[in-house]
Amino acid sequence: MSATATSPGSGPSFSSVKGHGAATMNAARLAIRDLDFFYGDHRALKTINLDLPERQVTGMIGPSGCGKSTLLRVLNRMYDLYPGQRATGQVMMDEVNIIDSKVDVNSLRARIGMVFQKPTPFPMTVSENIAFGVKLHEKLSKSAMEERIEWSLTRAALWGEVKDRLHSSAMGLSGGQQQRLCIARTIAVRPEVILLDEPTSALDPISTLKIEELIDELKHDFTIAIVTHNMQQAARCADQVAFFYLGEMVECAPAVQIFTAPKQKRTQEYVTGRFG
Amino acid sequence: MSATMTSGTVPGPAKDERVSRSLGRRRNLSNLVVKTLCIIATVIGLALLASILFTLLYRGLGGLSLTVFTTSTLPPGSNGGLLNAIIGSLIQTLLGAAIGTPIGLMVGTYLAEYATGSVVGNAVRFVSDVLLSAPSILIGLFVYELAVSPFGGFSGFAGCLALAVIVIPIVVRTTEDMLRLIPSTLREAVIGLGAPKWKMIVLVCYRAARQGIATGILLAVARIAGETAPLLFTSLGNLNWSLSLGKPMASLPVTIYQYAGSAFSDWVQLAWVGALLITFGVLAINIAARLLLRGAK
Repeated sequence: MSATATSPGSGPSFSSVKGHGAATMNAARLAIRDLDFFYGDHRALKTINLDLPERQVTGMIGPSGCGKSTLLRVLNRMYDLYPGQRATGQVMMDEVNIIDSKVDVNSLRARIGMVFQKPTPFPMTVSENIAFGVKLHEKLSKSAMEERIEWSLTRAALWGEVKDRLHSSAMGLSGGQQQRLCIARTIAVRPEVILLDEPTSALDPISTLKIEELIDELKHDFTIAIVTHNMQQAARCADQVAFFYLGEMVECAPAVQIFTAPKQKRTQEYVTGRFG
Repeated sequence: MSATMTSGTVPGPAKDERVSRSLGRRRNLSNLVVKTLCIIATVIGLALLASILFTLLYRGLGGLSLTVFTTSTLPPGSNGGLLNAIIGSLIQTLLGAAIGTPIGLMVGTYLAEYATGSVVGNAVRFVSDVLLSAPSILIGLFVYELAVSPFGGFSGFAGCLALAVIVIPIVVRTTEDMLRLIPSTLREAVIGLGAPKWKMIVLVCYRAARQGIATGILLAVARIAGETAPLLFTSLGNLNWSLSLGKPMASLPVTIYQYAGSAFSDWVQLAWVGALLITFGVLAINIAARLLLRGAK
């Protein structure tokens, strides 16, 4: 971690960009092609084309209502819950268009996990929270389940704090711990892609820092997409950054380039705080 | 008053101090009038309630003895009790709640989870709300046509059915309301893990709403424990000891209804005791429901 990362969300400096994100992108794990999304008649996403490179972090930035969260919700078909919302186009994963209605959404969501803005612990114990998701997709023996719980909590940098209270209610954890529990719950299912929708916007700076460090660690195993309003966070975490504006993707480039030499004027105005 | 406020164009207190003072006086006066009316209304309401409770205690406590709980209703003058009525009430209340609760729970779940904004859902909700405020004697008549006249006689089971019909809309409403309180983010988090909808409802939503739903069930029990009209046409009442659901069954409210209007002083006394028992039973259930809801927060 560089010096600026110790004070998340503060200062206008993008110095941490330098040498942090990768300069070259891996092959796409998810390939979004000509994606349109509609809330009823309102077209919220307009012909999006974007690759999520494998085991790298894609940051999504842009002003409120620009469609970045909507895009995230398309990727694991969360919009299926709501009648009147529909997507057209392609999101290719292993040669399969995952927004096709024939795709089984439950197993898709096991492969593409999601963490939300507000921590959402289930009203049960810490270990039951983790086991809940695992049980949906796998039958594990008691010892294997315990192992999985410890593994996921360790990966989410929470094991040390909760190992003595695995059987007490998850509602008693602090906000930052709850959010790491949600991340642990998501990775316990062993997805391939993790979607993070403003995962730190409800958290204090220390918890934010922990989660950012965690993202850095998790990208060795998972393909990650993170929506954030905090440009420093995008600079610190992301390998590539996509800028959205009014439902369009204006520009997508390695993080260094977006923050130091954006090609589009609107991107430059946004990252320098001229609007948004 | 500052200079800018009196300068003209600025909105704020009236420029003329006399006008502003009389305006203030008028507002203070109306404030006082409204406050006084509210206090008087509260005093009237509380005084009525206190007088009911006091009269119940005063008249009921005198007749409270062990024989009330050990002896069934007997002819006037033979030192009877209320045992058959108490047990009959317990059986019909619990069985009625046991029949009505699962149905209400499922309808409430349907409305909150499956029928949001649908025409059928709105129709079901409307019908349920109408049922919620329907006069309970109508429900008694309905069950009479359904379960008494076709089977040739009054029965405890028909009483249970009538009470169940009253339970259903109460449980529907509280279940739906409590499930709707669950934030959509929690639902999405469950769905996001790849859970099918029914698992989300049964394993997470019910758990998150359990205190509220349990409170609704308790309030429904409290409501039917004191119902008289639906039982008049269904379980009728029985002066003898009977546990058979196929025969007429005694209950506290119906016994009170029969005894209170009688000419025998010991029967009237027993009616007071029965009223006292029901009132404090219902009070206890209400307090339990409140404690449960407080625990939820």
